[in-house]
Parts: sequence; structure tokens; C-alpha cells
Amino acid sequence: MSVEQKVKEIVVDQLGISADEVKPEAKFVEDLGADSLDLTELIMAMEEEFDIEIDDEKAQELLTIQAVVDFIKANQ
Amino acid sequence: MSQPPKTALITGGSRGIGRECALRLAQAGYNVCITYISKPEQARETCSEIENRGGQCSAFQLDMGSREAISEFFAGEIRDKVDLQVLVNNAGMTQDGLLVRMKPEQWENVIRVNLTGPFTCLQQAAKIMMRSRYGRIINLSSVTAQTGNAGQANYTSAKAGIIGLTKTAAQELAPRNITVNAVAPGFIDTDMTGSLPEDIRNRFLEMIPLKRLGTTRDVAACVAFLASEEAGYITGQVLGVNGGLYM
Repeated sequence: MSVEQKVKEIVVDQLGISADEVKPEAKFVEDLGADSLDLTELIMAMEEEFDIEIDDEKAQELLTIQAVVDFIKANQ
Repeated sequence: MSQPPKTALITGGSRGIGRECALRLAQAGYNVCITYISKPEQARETCSEIENRGGQCSAFQLDMGSREAISEFFAGEIRDKVDLQVLVNNAGMTQDGLLVRMKPEQWENVIRVNLTGPFTCLQQAAKIMMRSRYGRIINLSSVTAQTGNAGQANYTSAKAGIIGLTKTAAQELAPRNITVNAVAPGFIDTDMTGSLPEDIRNRFLEMIPLKRLGTTRDVAACVAFLASEEAGYITGQVLGVNGGLYM
């Protein structure tokens, strides 16, 4: 499974939204209704899935699905 | 696949207050997991007592002083294995001494086991409970955290830390329907207090308005209440079970 698909799957599962809402440019908070705990859980889920570490400062810059995908690809 | 069983985890569940909490929560219908450090035979005895009454109990040796051991325990035995609904952070120890004579190890051991251990368990449990959008966490503090107690600078500091931890965790986890409360027992008749000299026991008794020591049942009843679904509007509280010793 590609990074895009895997990230999409985690976001759908974590936020309990439908897959077609998950567009690359969708913002977690504004478009997908995530709260701060959701964001924390998303970051934790990504770290676990891709076996990477995302520090808090970096995590605050990851506002969209595309940003997360790019970050993972660059750090894998 | 069948639903994993609703589970309550009680650290330090082989004896004293933890044992009584395990019995009560088993009675309330939870599968019970207990941890112990030094007395496997007592842990087994607690399990058989629960099983004789028709409940389910498993016991695991776990050193609350080891972050790694706690993380491994949650990864291996709890996460994805059971439906963790209740955590009772009960395990604790004392290494008393007057503060001017207290050795660095005495301080560090007690802080590690009584504060860092519960923090790590809470952190691990919260990650699981956040996903299931339900949880009850009960941390055992102590009346001595509220009053101070000569000879227990390490213990009272750790137990006061538990109160801060409880309130912060309650705020952070409330959006996920997880309540976090502390129970602060007073002078309870257990192994931990049994070793005190007679005159000190009597001096304590004089200060307790209800004129008796507490029992493990007195404490476990409160823990079981805070663990129940009905206690869902109570979070971040410190419930004293102390016979009126501190009000």
C-alpha cells in the first residue's frame, strides 16, 4: 500500500469520516473537524505505522494530509 | 472475532487495598488483571479467590520502577488483547526516614515507584482508552499528601504529585470520555501500616474523628464507585477516605 493510501486509511479511522472527504489538501482542523487530541492521536498513529518520530514542533506544521505524506516520504 | 472482555487493571493487586479493589471490580463484572512485585503466592491467592466467586483474574509480575517493563507489559498483555475500561493505579511502597537523613536512593526509589510508575501506566492506558472513547482511571494518593507526615518526605511528595497528575490528566482526557480521579486513604489497616509501633497507632486513632482505622473495604468501595459508569460526571476529584482525619 502506498504512503498516500495508508495515511488516508489512518485519518479515516481516527476521525471517523468517510474516505471521499479525505483529499490531499484537506486541513485536519478546519476541513475534517479534528480537535487537539485528534491531532495528537493522528501523529501517534503515523509514528507507529511508519516507525518514525515526529517531534511536537514539527507536528504543529503538519496541517494537511499532503503535508503528512510529504513528511513521511522525506523521513522514511 | 468475539469482543474482548471488559477489563479492569489493578497495579499492586495481590494484597492490601489493591487486592480488595480487585475483588470488588471482579464482583462488578470486570475481568481483572492484577500486577504484583514480590509475592506471587499472594497474587495467585487473590486470583483463586476471584475465580471461586465466579470471576476472571490474571496476575502479572511487574516492576513499577521500570518504565520499559511497564511499556512492554501494556504492549504484550493489554493493548489489542483486552478491552481496558478501568485502571487502578494502586501499587506503591514506602522507604521512610527523616528528611535530613534521607538518602538520594530513598527519595528516588519512592518517586519512581509511586509517581513515575503511575504516570507511565496512566499514559499507556490513556492511549488505549482514547481510542475506545471510554475510561475510568483511579489513582491512589494518600491523606499524607494533604497533611504532610514526618518521616515521609519522599512518599508524601509522590502522593501529592499524584493529585496534580490526576487533575491534569482529567482535563486532557475529558474530551475522550475518560474520567481521572484520586482516592486519598487515611490510616488503613494493611501490611504497610501494620508495622507501625503501638503508641504511634494509638496517637493516630486519637486524631481520627471516627475513632477507628479504615479498612481496605472502605477504600475499595470508593474506588469501585469511581470506576462505575454512574460516576461519569465526576472527574479530577480527590476523594478522601480517612475517617475525618483531614477535611
